[in-house]
Parts: sequence; C-alpha cells; structure tokens
Amino acid sequence: MDEKNIFDGMINILKTYTKDPSLLEKATMDTHILNDLKVNSARLVDVVIKCEDVYSISIDDDEADKIRTIGDAVRIVKQKLG
Amino acid sequence: MRKRVVVTGMGVVAPNAHGLDNFEQALRAGASGIRFQPLLAELKFGCQIAGVPENFDAIRKSYFDNEKLMSINDNIGFASVSAVDAWKDAGFNVPESGDDNVDWDTGVVAGSGIGGMDTIAQNVVPMINEGRVRRLGSRIVEQVMNSGTSARIGGILAVGNQVTSNSSACSTGNEAIIDSLWRIRMGLAKRMIAGGSEGATPYIWGGFDSMRVMCRKFNENPTAGSRPLSASACGFVPGSGGAMLLLEDLETAIARGARIYAEVIGGAVNSGGQRMGGSMTAPNPAGVRKCIRAAVADAGINPVEVDAINGHLTATYADPIEVGNWAAALERTPDNFPFINATKSLIGHCLGAAGAIESVATVLQIFKGFIHPSINCEDVHPDIAAYAAKIPHSCIEFPDVRIIAKAGFGFGDVNSCIIYKKWEEK
Repeated sequence: MDEKNIFDGMINILKTYTKDPSLLEKATMDTHILNDLKVNSARLVDVVIKCEDVYSISIDDDEADKIRTIGDAVRIVKQKLG
Repeated sequence: MRKRVVVTGMGVVAPNAHGLDNFEQALRAGASGIRFQPLLAELKFGCQIAGVPENFDAIRKSYFDNEKLMSINDNIGFASVSAVDAWKDAGFNVPESGDDNVDWDTGVVAGSGIGGMDTIAQNVVPMINEGRVRRLGSRIVEQVMNSGTSARIGGILAVGNQVTSNSSACSTGNEAIIDSLWRIRMGLAKRMIAGGSEGATPYIWGGFDSMRVMCRKFNENPTAGSRPLSASACGFVPGSGGAMLLLEDLETAIARGARIYAEVIGGAVNSGGQRMGGSMTAPNPAGVRKCIRAAVADAGINPVEVDAINGHLTATYADPIEVGNWAAALERTPDNFPFINATKSLIGHCLGAAGAIESVATVLQIFKGFIHPSINCEDVHPDIAAYAAKIPHSCIEFPDVRIIAKAGFGFGDVNSCIIYKKWEEK
C-alpha cells in the first residue's frame, strides 16, 4: 500500500476523533494531531487502536509514543505493512 | 434571611415521553411507557417488561457530535439530553466547545443508582478477562466513573461551580435536588442543574429480578404491570431514563426575567438506621415519618397545606405502609387526606432517575394545575381502602393546587422528601 493510500486512510480514521472535521481538509503529512487537529490527547490511544484494527497490525507503546504528526503515523503503518 | 430557590428549567427523558410537552400529555393521558422486552425473555428474567425511553438512539444523535457520542452510554445520554433540555428551557444557550467562557455560578449534582453497568458488562469485564485491557481505549473511565454524568454535563455547559454525582439508591434523584437546594440557599451557587439518570440494561435489573422484587405476572400485559397502590401489585417494573431541573436563586431568576415553574420551599434527607423494622431493603417507618416532617418544617408550612402527594409508591408490599406514614407525618385522616398518585404506574421504577423524573411530573402538575392519574389500581389495596377517593384514576384539573410533597426511599433505609410550591411572590 502506498503512502498516499495510507494517508487517506489515516484522514478517515481521524475524522471520528477531530472535533472540527473541516480541519482535515487542509491536512498534510506535517499536520500535528493534537495541536493542529485539536484531538484530545487522551484519544491518541484510540487512534492507535483503530489503526491496528484497520491495517491488522500491532503498534507497541514505544512506537505509539513517537506519533506526533499524521506523517509519523503513516510511516509507522507503512513500515509495518512492509 | 435564607435565599429562595425556584425551578426555571426542566428536561426529561422518560419511558413514556421525551420533552416537557410530550411528558405532560403522557401524564394527563395516563400513558404507560412499559413494554415487553424480548432481551429479558431471552435472558430468562422472571420480569420481562420494562420502561425504556423510545427512539433514544436517534434523539442522542441529534444532540451530540460523533466525538462525544463515542463516550455517551445510555446512562450518560439520558442525563446529558435532559440537562441540555433543562438548560435551554431556562433560556440559556449551550456554549460552543471552543468558547472559553466558564459559568462559575452554575454547578451540577447529577446522580445515578447503579449507572453505567452496560459499559462495564459489555466492555470492561469481557475485554479484561480476555487479556485485552490494552484495547479498552480512552473512553471507559469517563463512562463508568460514578461522576460520569455530572462530568459530561459540566463539560457540555461549561459550568464552573460544584460538579458532582450523588448516589443513594432510589432516593438519588430527590437527594440531588435537595443538595442543590442547600447549595443555592447557602449562597455558594446561583444555579444548579439537579437530577438523576439510570441506564436501561439487564445488568442493572438482574439483581432485583433474582430478589423477586420485580413484577413477574404481567409479561403478557406490559402496560398493566406497574401497579402501585393496587391489591394485585406484585413487584416493581424496572424503568430507566433521566431528568434534570435547573434550580435557581430567586433573585437571579427575577433579574433575568426567567419563567418560574415552582418554588422549592423545603427538603429533607435522612436514614432510618436500618433499625425499628428498617433494613438494607426496607424503610424504618419512624425514619420515613421523621423525614417528611423535617421537609414540612423546613418549608415552614402547616402540614394541612399539602394539596397532593407524589409518592415513592413502587408497587410492592410497602405501598400501604407508605400511605400510612404520609397520614401520620402530615397528621391527616382519610377524610382530609391530600390527593396521592404514583408516577411509577406510568414509567416503572427508574431507580436513580425516579426522584428526578417524578419531580418534573410534580412541578408540571403545579405549574399547569392538574393531578395525573395513577393507573392500574382500580383494585385499591384493602389496607388503604379508606384513602381510595384520594387516588385519581383519570386526570383531575386542579388549577388551585399550591403545594405538592414528593418523596423517595431507597435501599440502605435512606429517605428524601421535597416540598414544591406554586410560585407566588410572597
């Protein structure tokens, strides 16, 4: 799966957790999930669980802790999918 | 002089109606919200009927965005929808989530008896037992914590006074109102959102079913099942839902030109100590009478001024005893006994929400001048036959009704009584 597909999938996942989904319209790989999308920090664990379900992968705690931007998440998923 | 406290907004999600207009119509018509519950039959409950607010999923979705909905189980949903309704009904706007203004003068006391048991049963227990605790996610704690309802309401309305959840079994809803009354009287808050809620789930009702205190004889005829005051009462019908009242300092209510539904002139809570006939599950009659008398004394009225009683009256053996306690506490005889009705005859026993939903019924009766029918008791229990004429079987127009007493009693031998009065300037 290429990066663009994973990015689109990530936007779809984030729709549920973003209070103002219109913020996703201009999102890029550099968009910060907490600061730019105003996702509640407690919900990051839900985003990670959802990624695991959608892509049938497992993301460990250390990897999850490094996710700040949409790009961080996309790269982890891409690497897991090989 | 202590501050006077009035009701300026109400919201209700009941088994027989959502919203004040629909609820008033249902009360006047004696419309039952009790239905057969196929899930209870499947799970081999003795009682297979219950009162559950209808179409609530659609209602909930029309109030909250997807982000919030993921954290709103039934209990929190009933509480939050009724709180938003009460807030708007009082003339306030629900703030945008990005609006940083906090209303420091308003607080919340929103209780539950058992609460978010559906979340515990369907998510917490199975996932932890399967070793999948990591996958519970971030939304469990806020739905199972005892203060889950008040916390959610506090965030939606951006209120900054005390935000808490009380619990005193079936006395919870009344207790929330009384705690709020005191807080405003003491000058610690100008407004309090007060009430209670209870989820709709077999995991809440199962313990009662096993105790054989729920109605088992009317599975084929659900709307006849909840029979307070009746000779053929055979246990309570479980209910669910929520209601919130906006209690407000009279001065601020008048200053902002608020519509006033009624004044809360008195309230009392106590416990019978689980002695003198009282136990974990039964009230000590001396405690009940003492509580009613304390509420009347707090209200500063003569007991003869009470025009009507909205009883606890659950449809168990305790109903005739309750009527006797009212007569003793208010020093009334069958001849001069006030009207008495049971909102539970229409909605079942909504546990931690009961006092709040029934308080909305009580305040509507005062504001609109009627006494709603108490259904399914054409065969009045023989022990209270002398009071039969005071039990309305159809709606009574009573424009001059001034004072109604509302009581609730709960496991733990806990009691509560509130005195509501028609709003009069003096």
